[in-house]
Amino acid sequence: MTQPQSLLSVQDLSVEFKTRQGTARVLDGIHFDIRRGQTLALVGESGCGKSVTALALMRLIAEPPGRVAAGRLLFEGRDLLRLSEADMRQVRGNRISMIFQEPMTSLNPAYSVGNQIAEAVQLHQGGDWRAAMQRAVQMLEAVGIPAPQRRAHEYPHQFSGGMRQRVMIAMALACKPDLLIADEPTTALDVTVQAQIFDLIADMREQTGTAVLLITHDMGAVAEMADRVAVMYAGHIVENGDVQEILQSPLHPYTRGLIACAPGARTVQPGEYLVEIPGTVPSLLERGAGCLFAQRCSQAMAQCHAARPPLTQLGAGRSVMCWLHASQPEATA
Amino acid sequence: MSTGDVVLAVQDLRVHFPVGSGLLGSRALVKAVDGVSFEVRRGSTFGIVGESGSGKSSTALAIMRLAEITSGSVRLGDTDIGALQGEALRRERHRFQMVFQDPYASLNPRTRVGDAILDALHLMQVGPVAERPERARYLFTQMGLKAEQMQLYPHQFSGGQRQRIVLARALAGQPELVVCDEPVSALDVAIQAQMLNLMLRLQREFGLTYLFISHDLGVVRHMCHEVAVMYLGRIVERAGRDTLFAKPLHPYTLALWSAAPTFDPQARGRSQRIRLQGDPPSPIDVPTGCRFAGRCPFAQADCRSQDPVMREVASGHFVACHRVADDGTPSYRSSLG
Repeated sequence: MTQPQSLLSVQDLSVEFKTRQGTARVLDGIHFDIRRGQTLALVGESGCGKSVTALALMRLIAEPPGRVAAGRLLFEGRDLLRLSEADMRQVRGNRISMIFQEPMTSLNPAYSVGNQIAEAVQLHQGGDWRAAMQRAVQMLEAVGIPAPQRRAHEYPHQFSGGMRQRVMIAMALACKPDLLIADEPTTALDVTVQAQIFDLIADMREQTGTAVLLITHDMGAVAEMADRVAVMYAGHIVENGDVQEILQSPLHPYTRGLIACAPGARTVQPGEYLVEIPGTVPSLLERGAGCLFAQRCSQAMAQCHAARPPLTQLGAGRSVMCWLHASQPEATA
Repeated sequence: MSTGDVVLAVQDLRVHFPVGSGLLGSRALVKAVDGVSFEVRRGSTFGIVGESGSGKSSTALAIMRLAEITSGSVRLGDTDIGALQGEALRRERHRFQMVFQDPYASLNPRTRVGDAILDALHLMQVGPVAERPERARYLFTQMGLKAEQMQLYPHQFSGGQRQRIVLARALAGQPELVVCDEPVSALDVAIQAQMLNLMLRLQREFGLTYLFISHDLGVVRHMCHEVAVMYLGRIVERAGRDTLFAKPLHPYTLALWSAAPTFDPQARGRSQRIRLQGDPPSPIDVPTGCRFAGRCPFAQADCRSQDPVMREVASGHFVACHRVADDGTPSYRSSLG
């Protein structure tokens, strides 16, 4: 399953959080690969584990209450989970960097944006401050900030939401990372600004060959950006495949529901009732033996409530975790 | 939907906010809404789309009488609600109600949700006192919630359920108009579909009239019969949904439409996308001429000097653009090559 050309190979990753009511398994044995220069979209509703996956990759899960219970995070063949904190710091922000949904909370209001970018550059690449500032200005220019020389000396509050997200992207890409994790990068932005940010990430990806892990709940964003898609539900990756295949012939009922319930996908005529996924994501603490989606699934069979479906491989890079598509529909022992 | 009578008529509405301390005697004026006119028909949904700062929420707040109207008129049926004051305004409030984006901020955390609805019924004196609890229960269950849940507090509900409760309360006084400002923007995709379906069902069953404000083009297209596009305090284009989405005329509408995700990876819009540069100008320093001229790829000299007037270029299709002829033929397509 691990392809040699994978930049990042996540294998059997499980993350748990201790709560007063018991231990919640937030990620339960997830697998995915990202190749160099590729964009993988991680899709699902709130609470399905997308952001925890990103935090686990960056080794930013607060411990306690959290804990990586099992798995390997092979980044260029090295397991990130086995790195010392000092070694991890060389990876974080340098080889793997991250942008978040709300750029304002990710920027320090007390320092100029140029200063904040230069700090990251100097930390990871050394050199003098003047060179680092020069790199910051260069990056601001690359992400389309007008008058970058002057704007580098301005503070986050002097930038609009879209411009702040550009600053975050400039900072994230200043050290030419191999992997950019973008956690809902456009959710807080207007459509035209969202389009600008998508174009920018795509341009930067072409120029630098950075791979992108895009975390989103928006199938429109997936269609615009992704090469591959991993659909997450309740801590599992329930379907994985090429973007075209996933959007045109989704197999898992959850994937189908996610596409159909978005008004923008126009699977029904305007004014008609949208396809609903009834109910909500189950609590992490009340997980039965069956498929975690069974209670919301219109196609659930007796088997679905009895046993968790296996991850079935369907040709190159396509997999689905659903009894409807299990190759040997026997119950697991 | 041209059959219904006009429920809401907004005429040349302006909402200006003074900003700054004024210590030096120079108080700037934010022209959040600057001459907006439209009509909403009974039983239909009228959508306003636009980006942050376009004035869509200020328009909603002014109609709700929650922001001061600088000039212009807002008529609900035969009532000039823009002119109502004090007790008279309070008495009419049940006729126009609002649903906000954040349902948690709209509910008192210390009030049981059933009481929140009941309080609204008492306040608006809906029906005989003795019948109000039953009416509250009816509204609550119409939203797909269980009557037992009326005893619970807002924090015990999910975001989608809270928005249903807010909607139930808004409907308590049988309003003629429900103003919804980004009602599903804070909800998850699956929950959003549930809420939109509920709104559609209630409209069908009770003939509700919605003024629906959203930045999400997919949602607006799905929900609205008529749509207005706002830019920097003005409506730049307005038409029936099918016309506006199939044949947009204003360059800003074109740009908005082309920025929307396609849901088809093979038709990724990068090449055809009209890229807008920069951000909208400040509503304090409104440019002379067309407000969009500075970012418009088709702008010419007259766009920068003369403010375009809104014209009806086809039945029910209004646009304010110098580059569109009176018969609705745009002159800029040739420049697209």
